[in-house]
Amino acid sequence: MEDFRTRVEAERPYLLRYAGRQLRDGHAAEDAVQETLLAALAGAAAFAGRSNLRTWLTGILKHKIIDAIRRARRDGPAPDPDIADLDSALYDERGHWVDPPSAWPDPDASLEQRQFLAVLERCLERLPAKTAQAFMMREHMGFETGEICKELGVTATHCWVLLYRARAALRECLQANWFQK
Amino acid sequence: MIFPSCKEVSHLVSQGLDRRLGFGERVRLRAHLAICDGCTNFKRQVEFLRKAMLRLGSE
Repeated sequence: MEDFRTRVEAERPYLLRYAGRQLRDGHAAEDAVQETLLAALAGAAAFAGRSNLRTWLTGILKHKIIDAIRRARRDGPAPDPDIADLDSALYDERGHWVDPPSAWPDPDASLEQRQFLAVLERCLERLPAKTAQAFMMREHMGFETGEICKELGVTATHCWVLLYRARAALRECLQANWFQK
Repeated sequence: MIFPSCKEVSHLVSQGLDRRLGFGERVRLRAHLAICDGCTNFKRQVEFLRKAMLRLGSE
């Protein structure tokens, strides 16, 4: 049991980074991780026989993160993002690119660079709150769109707009800050 | 619309990562991508973004 506790504790930094990226609130992330570690230690028997501790802990953490998102939602819904602003910056009145995306040279090589991941994190931090939340639920936690709409209390169409907005903004941010033209 | 604009196409490209597009949507998308480098780059780059997020999640 002592050994199990040590192994669980060793995953704390990873879990904190994971929760921090999704929740963008140090205290809320700490709380979610703390609840996860307590639940893991209480439910050690449930882990027996499973191979990957980190995967198991991340599964518990996702539930705690959703609880935190629900609590935050009760405190008041975030205002809707104004999609018109982004679209009018990207496209002309006929819907053509103002500045068409140019090809990125060997993007896969960037994935192995620490600096690239740091730039990506900074780009994520710049997204508006609700847009970031939807995008992180989709691409970080791997939820289906239906679940995301339900948790955020928005329609499917609105969900797709939030995800589009996040992708378009991140693409612009990476273009400007990493894949310079 | 038979000839979608880049704006509509980039929205469709994004939605293609979140839901299964209808037959008509896929046809319009493919026809547009065949002639538009900007939208083709947009598609590759948002797909790359998904890969990058998986990589980030493992950090």
